[in-house]
Amino acid sequence: MTINTPNGFTLDTTGQRIVVDPVCRIEGHMRCEVNVDENNIIRNAVSTGTMWRGLEVILKGRDPRDAWAFTERICGVCTGTHALTSVRAVEDALGITIPDNANSIRNLMQLALQIHDHVVHFYHLHALDWVNPVNALKADPKATSELQQMVGPNHPLSSPGYFRDVQNRLKAFVESGQLGIFKNGYWDNPAYLLPPEADLMATTHYLEALDLQKEIVKIHTIFGGKNPHPNWLVGGVPCPINVHSTGAVGAINMERLNLVSSIIDQGLAFMRNVYIPDVAAIGGFYKNWLYGGGLSGKSVLAYGDIPEHPNDFSAEQLHLPRGAIINGNLNEVHDVDMRDPDEIQEFVDHSWYHYAGAEAGKGLHPWDGETAPKFELGPNAKGTRTNIEQLDEAAKYSWIKAPRWKGHAMEVGPLARYIVGYAKGHEDIKNQVDTFLGQMGLPLTAIFSTLGRTAARALESEYCGRLQKHFFDKMIANIKNGDESTANIAKWDPKTWPKEAKGVGATEAPRGALGHWIKIKDGRIENYQCVVPTTWNGSPRDTAGNIGAFEASLMDTKVERPEEPVEILRTLHSFDPCLACSTHVMSPDGQELARVKVR
Amino acid sequence: MSQIETFYEVMRRQGITRRSFMKYCSLTASALGLGPAFVPKIAHAMETKPRTPVIWVNGLECTCCSESFIRGAHPLAKDVVLSMISLDYSHTLMASAGHAAEAALAETIEKYKGNYILAVEGNPPLNEDGMFCIVGGKPFVEQLKWAAKDAKAVISWGACASYGCVQAAAPNPTRATPVHKVITDKPIIKVPGCPPIAEVMTGVITYMLTFDRLPELDRQGRPAMFYGQRIHDKCYRRPHFDAGQFVEAWDDENARKGYCLYKMGCKGPTTYNACSTVRWNEGVSFPIQSGHGCIGCSEDGFWDQGSFYDRVTDLTQFGVEANADEVGMAAAGVVGGAVAVHAAISALRRAQKKTQEKVEG
Repeated sequence: MTINTPNGFTLDTTGQRIVVDPVCRIEGHMRCEVNVDENNIIRNAVSTGTMWRGLEVILKGRDPRDAWAFTERICGVCTGTHALTSVRAVEDALGITIPDNANSIRNLMQLALQIHDHVVHFYHLHALDWVNPVNALKADPKATSELQQMVGPNHPLSSPGYFRDVQNRLKAFVESGQLGIFKNGYWDNPAYLLPPEADLMATTHYLEALDLQKEIVKIHTIFGGKNPHPNWLVGGVPCPINVHSTGAVGAINMERLNLVSSIIDQGLAFMRNVYIPDVAAIGGFYKNWLYGGGLSGKSVLAYGDIPEHPNDFSAEQLHLPRGAIINGNLNEVHDVDMRDPDEIQEFVDHSWYHYAGAEAGKGLHPWDGETAPKFELGPNAKGTRTNIEQLDEAAKYSWIKAPRWKGHAMEVGPLARYIVGYAKGHEDIKNQVDTFLGQMGLPLTAIFSTLGRTAARALESEYCGRLQKHFFDKMIANIKNGDESTANIAKWDPKTWPKEAKGVGATEAPRGALGHWIKIKDGRIENYQCVVPTTWNGSPRDTAGNIGAFEASLMDTKVERPEEPVEILRTLHSFDPCLACSTHVMSPDGQELARVKVR
Repeated sequence: MSQIETFYEVMRRQGITRRSFMKYCSLTASALGLGPAFVPKIAHAMETKPRTPVIWVNGLECTCCSESFIRGAHPLAKDVVLSMISLDYSHTLMASAGHAAEAALAETIEKYKGNYILAVEGNPPLNEDGMFCIVGGKPFVEQLKWAAKDAKAVISWGACASYGCVQAAAPNPTRATPVHKVITDKPIIKVPGCPPIAEVMTGVITYMLTFDRLPELDRQGRPAMFYGQRIHDKCYRRPHFDAGQFVEAWDDENARKGYCLYKMGCKGPTTYNACSTVRWNEGVSFPIQSGHGCIGCSEDGFWDQGSFYDRVTDLTQFGVEANADEVGMAAAGVVGGAVAVHAAISALRRAQKKTQEKVEG
């Protein structure tokens, strides 16, 4: 059967069905099914979120000042971004402003998350779709050293002896017969294209990045006390500054600031000398593999983030850009209004929820959202209710809802941010993209791909490192001017709050646009809604039949060996899926959960 | 086939001499209550022992435990994964997916029956026939039971596996259930926290590898070595508590001086964890050092004990209603005076006592 979707894809479900469940190297639980034609080309794709946690129900009736801690636990990979979004939503609702230093510190933390997440994603969650560590055993360490010095001449770890040591360690590991995390990889699949030297270099950097990532997050530890899950505060940040006086050891002092500064430098050096060169080197071998564009060349969305000034979220004051592009028209970037009930809406026709009292096909703005879980398989599903062999995508098939912007399915994430930034003429972003594509000898259209998504993430990490330096300097200048303030407590006491209030908070999470909508009544949370990046990217079909970003990106991809879905993983991973984020969504409208027995 | 990198070789590579190694083996022997005759046997085992397989499964969770685990500094995460254990199944890190991943799990269970460690991150939801968390088309709880059946021991990572954590907070819509309520016939080591500290996680694993036995557990099933004392007991701000020097408002003069955060809702007095000693991220800091009170994330049901900014005396869990008013009044009005401090301390003692009873009970 052939179906033409409103967003321009032709789905054909007649060919062989391939099921990938679990999709590993992601956050959370996900399933993917595709149909391939006789040439092993994907003609239909079905993406399913396979977990649900119900956090918004749990938030109902709680103290809004606590919400950051609950929502932070939506995701421990993008740790902190939900907390920041939450305190912004509460501050927006209650009209609370934050001091300048708090804005700088929040930005430093959010940028640390972007960098950390991108590095861990590329090396530890994504690289094994491109890099073959087993093949690295065949490499000549001397040639590997030469390759390293060519692609990243400023990286100190580059001697033949160094690569030989790593290779020997890998050899002992592989020959032990206990392959651990590399067990049952697709290591003889012809989809792996790197020569052994590039495999050895990249595998070495896998290990180096594992060491480095624990340094980057120390910025969270300094300001928030721990990572994962640092602490935040409505009205500012919890850490005081005291650089001059007695007791400075209990606050942000000169030693702490020096540590922050050295971590920023360490991260930036890695982005410039290792991460971006690796993406260019690996990408060079795969630059004819330009699958995976999906929605990126059609419809992308970014809320923007990293405000230059506290309490000013106007688009021109954000370092990460805001805007929406539809129908592939890069000449027009639309502004996004998260408060407009007609812009962002969620649909549940193909999600395991139902809208009580609403007619089918209705989309709801998050402030007015409502949901109750309704787990049921369609008539054409195969298997049983608790042993699913094949889903029926014509019916309900995912724990993820389908959010839409003015009715359009949108891609969010680093590539979406970079496309919006490029279209808006954002100077830093435009320079980075043009330089990178120039080096690779690729046209601008090449960024609408899995590779483009991967490259945007690397470029953004470097940009975020520079922004960290900017906000560090800004904070120092502010302290020099005599301002050590980090929190505004004027409205800390709930007695100062209005009887009813509602607000919205936004960030750019590493994976894309993230929004929280809150309603407060009598000092308590009346309603809380999150629409998160993987809800956008991993969404199922909507009422009109538009497919989501994951599904769109898999279309027309050639799979070398259908039983070894490395190409599917490559593209799905390029979104950095975060399923705990996307599937916790639940709207508490005070109604009973129809099928849930609470004991 | 070349030799496996054994535990001994890892120690040697980390700069430990043969002499120290033998000394370590004899200490191990005496710790296990074995005579000197066993020292060479232990040494031999250490020199030749293959890496212990670990199966790491994920239920309802947020992956903060996996993230914390890779923050490990001593040992480094790469040394744990390459040289100390064989991480044969981990959604977060493994190369394969789908059928190949499920096959890796089946092979490990079959090949190492009774000899692998099952590490659980997250918990199974029991409502909706378990289908609030689906792995391979089936309820996660089935995978959990299957993997637990032949495990040597089970580690419950973090607050989710140990107690239920955030998805089990009221009203627990998915009926998220801690591991020990589903797996009842295996030794279970709870390593709570949201997440646990990286070096506590690797410390528990390496203890089991090194001494080849389970760590000593408290009545709640937590390793006594890391969860035996309250954060408050070892907090570097404790002298300020004892001196009655408290932060009264965020970013006030006292906050900048690093005074005690008790009045800001710090749960350090009722929380058993190693944060104030081991600290976080290679000892860089811990929540109190960075100006926010402890939220008690390693305690059972910490989400449902009132606001994180309520003083611990408000917690009904500890049965201090009788004098909650007294303390609350002191807290609200009389600040800095001996009355408030006295009330605070006596309430804390009661809270501590109650908690201890709970632990013992």
